[in-house]
Amino acid sequence: MTNGLLLRRKAVNAVMLTITGLCAFLAAGVLVYILGYLFVHGAASLNWNFFTKLPTPVGETGGGMANAIVGSAKLVMIASCVGIPIGFLAGVYLAEFGGGTFSFLVRYVTDLLNGVPSIVIGIFAYTVIVLPQKHFSALAGGLALGVMMIPIAVRSTEEFLRAVPVSLREGAVALGATKAKSILTVVIPAAKNGIITGIMLNLARVSGETAPLLFTSFSNRYWSEGLSQPTAALPVMIFTYAIAPYEDWHQQAWSAGFVLLTLVLAVNVIARLILARRKHVAR
Amino acid sequence: MMPAPTKQPSSEIKTAAPAAANAPEGEGKPTMESDAKLCATNLNFFYGSFQALHGISMQIYTNKVTAFIGPSGCGKSTFLRTLNRMYESVRGSRVEGTILLDGQSIFDVEVSGLRRRVGMVFQRSNPFPKSIFENVAYGLRINGMYEDRAGLRDSVERSLRRAALWDEVKDKLNQSAYGLSGGQQQRLCIARALAVDPEVLLLDEPCSALDPIATAKIEDLIFQLKSSCTIVIVTHNMQQAARVADNTGFFLLGRLIEFDSTTVIFKTPACKETEDYVTGRFG
Amino acid sequence: MAASSTVAASAGPARPAQSFWQRVRGGDEIALGITFLSAFSVLFVTGMIVWELWANSSLPRHQFGWSFLVTQTWDPVAGQFGALPFIYGTLVTSALAMLIGIPLGVGAAIFLAEFAPPKISDALTFLIELLAAVPSVIYGLLGIFILIPILRTIEPALRSVLGWTPLFKGPFYGVSLFSAGVVLSVMIVPFIISISREVIRAVPNEQREAALALGATRWETVWDAVIPFASKGIVGSIFLALARSLGETMAVTMVIGNDPKIKASLFAPGYSIAAVIANEFTEATGQPYTEALIELGLVLFAVTIVINGVARILVATAERGKM
Repeated sequence: MTNGLLLRRKAVNAVMLTITGLCAFLAAGVLVYILGYLFVHGAASLNWNFFTKLPTPVGETGGGMANAIVGSAKLVMIASCVGIPIGFLAGVYLAEFGGGTFSFLVRYVTDLLNGVPSIVIGIFAYTVIVLPQKHFSALAGGLALGVMMIPIAVRSTEEFLRAVPVSLREGAVALGATKAKSILTVVIPAAKNGIITGIMLNLARVSGETAPLLFTSFSNRYWSEGLSQPTAALPVMIFTYAIAPYEDWHQQAWSAGFVLLTLVLAVNVIARLILARRKHVAR
Repeated sequence: MMPAPTKQPSSEIKTAAPAAANAPEGEGKPTMESDAKLCATNLNFFYGSFQALHGISMQIYTNKVTAFIGPSGCGKSTFLRTLNRMYESVRGSRVEGTILLDGQSIFDVEVSGLRRRVGMVFQRSNPFPKSIFENVAYGLRINGMYEDRAGLRDSVERSLRRAALWDEVKDKLNQSAYGLSGGQQQRLCIARALAVDPEVLLLDEPCSALDPIATAKIEDLIFQLKSSCTIVIVTHNMQQAARVADNTGFFLLGRLIEFDSTTVIFKTPACKETEDYVTGRFG
Repeated sequence: MAASSTVAASAGPARPAQSFWQRVRGGDEIALGITFLSAFSVLFVTGMIVWELWANSSLPRHQFGWSFLVTQTWDPVAGQFGALPFIYGTLVTSALAMLIGIPLGVGAAIFLAEFAPPKISDALTFLIELLAAVPSVIYGLLGIFILIPILRTIEPALRSVLGWTPLFKGPFYGVSLFSAGVVLSVMIVPFIISISREVIRAVPNEQREAALALGATRWETVWDAVIPFASKGIVGSIFLALARSLGETMAVTMVIGNDPKIKASLFAPGYSIAAVIANEFTEATGQPYTEALIELGLVLFAVTIVINGVARILVATAERGKM
């Protein structure tokens, strides 16, 4: 082996190490940049009005997004009522009663559902609720978001239930508990950290979704009452304001973006920290 | 091809008696330094703060087979891996002491070059996801050890013949290595290691995952390779050491308890621990 | 013999451990029933989605048939609906995203899995996985106000280097296929990195040791031994990223230009399937228009399902450490 060849190989080694390292730092750096930019542009113009006032007509300053904040919360709550029960219980089925073709099918279809673009789910909610009712509503938007929550809830519930050791289950059953009781009183509590963080991440994700709301809950420049009215939502407002030609609206879009991102990332970070701590404790 | 040595019944541990073609240079005490290919002096090895090897000093003699025996966790594999600096990929590992290859410290040379001269075969066969031909050719390619395509083919054939695998694979060189049986894959790994013409071949329990027939084939191979290569083999099977090795070192709890010709170790060991181990009082 | 048969006889006929009603009261049957229903409803909902998409796109399907996919005209006023401009825009933007995102993503994954010290690897991975949680509309916001101005400044440089190709001709107004492709690449990189990193870490250590023992450098070990072993999983991650980018709506809508025409240049504005649905759905007058948009949704649905299906198989076999 010549010295020249060895030098070249070592040089290639060093170069590739540098290049791949740059890729990694670049990718991570994008997040830091995004956060920084949003913070600078959005936090600066955050004021009390943003959180308390309704949108004002174009040209008038002093408007806010109070209805959108409340609207987002309402939509996410409706979504939770649909997505969490179905997803959680289906996850329990797969982890505790599953095995066999039916379970395989459910898992496969859950993965497929996870991959369906959110706008297509919006179309689904439109055809099922908006068309028959002939108007936009919070119910339709909530349903769309709820359907999006299902696959994630199923997978995370199943994963965390499966992580509970068999010995715990056997211990409960050996003491006379029925399978259902052991699941309810032993297995689910043992997995509760994971399940709760899974729900948190799920909620964070759907609260940032825009596309499925565009023609289900649509939007509203006033408060919406009940379930059957078009409802404003934070991400939709960001979209509408960002593509409009008014500088004041751009400003509000930045503020809304900052609020939304902070919320979503905060929930993500907290959830991940809880999960990481759980892993360390388990060791 | 050398005739296969007779296999001793396991109840009677006798020293290996290789065929006359390669009579050992006088049985009994190890010979002088000038016959040593590798020489370790006062070698200590640490995983972080845990000391795995304590003051190992020994000589590996040229064109002889040296075996390391001892109970699990005694440090024999750890010591083997210091001989080609394989430990360096484990974070927190540290070496103190000297290891000389042909009189030169292995820590002073380029590690790629060292590993070309001191090859290794592992406990479980680990062929690359490539064809049989490409597996053997790999070392030749990266070390630039061939002139042209024809030269490469010749080298590959030579290595496969040395590993007693040529006849079995010569018609399927382009098929995946994973199509071979376990024993064949291990011989392929030997061929791959031999392709770069190493002066020393380190075998880390090469037969532990193989059936007796495959094991016998590899032990035959070791006899044949001895004349062109210095061999160090770690084995947890005492009978194997007795069959193939000229010299044997007994390790216990990170220390080299005794090192001598195989005959002495198995018939008249100097240390009580050695005697207890080889007579099966513990293992 | 006689004694044992007497014993057996006195034990009585075999009985189930509990009676049916005991089991029901114990809750097992109810639990099974409820959870089974929930699991079934997942299938039901998915089936309904397919059904609704199909049923509510019947008008254009009957009117245009397969030619819907290859017609270039999108003229709602004249009742002419062709999907080709949107298919084109979707494919082009996703292809560009892949072109940028794959080397970046796989390169970063290699660094994080093989070269980086554990603490740095974990910290960077944490940040990168957070990127995957950023909502699409935020990427759109940044796309409009940060990315497009940046692209405007580098456009002359690009044009001077690549302007001889038809891909970089014509005026550049900011919103374009190119901008959408770049935004998409930023969005899919975290997925490629996250999955590829796991797949690379799953490669058995013996493969690395085999290469190292032959004298390979660390890069050679990665490139020759680890990556080929992990290739299925990495390709799977690429497919997953592709499926995501095809369905990405908001960020694309905000920077693509919304022009339903097919042009060769990347600098030209374009349109994607998801973007046209997002923009025109609420303004669609009349059933044929709405149903044409729904049919576009059906096309998107079908494509992403297929790609996701392939991707999952690849990732599943790779993470199990098989070849």
